[in-house]
Amino acid sequence: MLHIFCPYCGEHREEAEFRPKGQAHIARPLSPEQCSDEEWADYLFFRDNPRGIHHELWVHATGCRKFFNVTRHTVSYEILETYKMGEKPKVTAESLAKGGRS
Amino acid sequence: MQRYSGFGLAKHALTHNENWQRLWRNPTPKKKYDVIIVGAGGHGLATAYYLAKEHGITNVAVIEKGWLGGGNTARNTTIVRSNYLWDEAAALYEHAMKLWEGLSQDLNYNVMFSQRGVLNLGHTLQDMRDIQRRVNANRLNGIDGEVLDTQQVQEICPILNCSADARFPVLGASWQPRAGVARHDAVAWGFARGADALGVDLIQQTEVIGMRIEDGQIVGVETNRGFIGAETVGCVAAGNSSVLAKMAGIKLPLESHPLQALVSEPIKPILDTVVMSNHVHGYASQSDKGDLVIGAGIDGYNGYGQRGSYPTIEHTLQAIVEMFPVFSRVRMNRQWGGIVDTCPDACPILSATPVKGLFFNCGWGTGGFKATPGSGNVFAWTLAKGYAHPLAAPFSIDRFVSGKLIDEHGAAGVAH
Repeated sequence: MLHIFCPYCGEHREEAEFRPKGQAHIARPLSPEQCSDEEWADYLFFRDNPRGIHHELWVHATGCRKFFNVTRHTVSYEILETYKMGEKPKVTAESLAKGGRS
Repeated sequence: MQRYSGFGLAKHALTHNENWQRLWRNPTPKKKYDVIIVGAGGHGLATAYYLAKEHGITNVAVIEKGWLGGGNTARNTTIVRSNYLWDEAAALYEHAMKLWEGLSQDLNYNVMFSQRGVLNLGHTLQDMRDIQRRVNANRLNGIDGEVLDTQQVQEICPILNCSADARFPVLGASWQPRAGVARHDAVAWGFARGADALGVDLIQQTEVIGMRIEDGQIVGVETNRGFIGAETVGCVAAGNSSVLAKMAGIKLPLESHPLQALVSEPIKPILDTVVMSNHVHGYASQSDKGDLVIGAGIDGYNGYGQRGSYPTIEHTLQAIVEMFPVFSRVRMNRQWGGIVDTCPDACPILSATPVKGLFFNCGWGTGGFKATPGSGNVFAWTLAKGYAHPLAAPFSIDRFVSGKLIDEHGAAGVAH
């Protein structure tokens, strides 16, 4: 069972209160009608799906019902940070490669 | 290859079963092959087998980072059926079903294919309308199927809770009599033995760590045992497909999720068919050993960890106990997670890529086991000819750009 820190509630809560919603930081194209089919497909369907550090969107479904971001390792499932919408991750695959934890 | 027969069984009994031949060799990789298949699960081994058998291409290596059949082939609930809604998917899965029906004879290896029928339950009016539509579509495609009412479901499966007082009463079901289960490990071992006998090298404990591409053409793979050359490479790596694609600079529309299953302690024969429910969200059958084989949905988050979360186990068993109150005190013996490569339209990808000579067979998601022989058969054709088999053509990766998706979320079963 994951314990997830909701950055809006300011508390750790159990996994069952949350729902994962896939890869984070996917920006909807500003003018979809200007997109090529490839760009639109990339936005809709194509995902990074990394084996390692993953930035993803979660929702505190039975809590505050707000969306937030999680940086999580997809093999160990360890949660490295959670942060509010609109913020940037502090922990990334690059920052870990430079030094610090694996 | 030593052929198996009743006579052989008696002969080996006389020598205390000490002279059985090994099922396959353990060869050192050659410098170069005609075709390399990455991933020795059921689909990869089936691909190698049909490449050798139907296309005469025997200079083939199957490269596996672990041991063969140790990934999702060993981690599924062994259900085989072909009652998919759309023509493209129905044709592919029915192709597999026809191969299943002769597979033990073809491989001279008992894959214990048991056509005990599959029930897909309906619990709401909309469920029943969808079932009607799907069964009608199946019959138009020449696939067996019937719509059953509550009474008929109860007759097939007396221990199922069909009472009107149930939280989600069973209103009926679709029934595919030719569907059933097969012994998952035997499928991998049978294809491995068959492929090895035809000259295919099965190279285990060798991990692909890079792809060598020159002028847009694949020329081989880098492994932890050195470079192995081939101008045709087929990746059949399920949950790890995105990792392989990244090595070649390709992005796939896949997400890898853990999918769990459980088996109970062995009990006496009680369930002689396969029962699946989309709505209550669980499925169960009983193995020949007597244990209940139980599964349900994926864990919602991306994961490569080959283990699942407790909330999903709880959810799964709630569904099973809702359907089968009689199982409420059965104890669970083992639980495991496989990493499934889910696709946005719940259909696989059998496709060439922008890299010449590099092909992917992936995206089978939660329901790949049933397709094992069919997937291998059409993918072998695709690798041998260099372009898609007619049954594989609709499953090209281009469909995500053209928009011609094959939405099988309804018929793909419960795991979504």
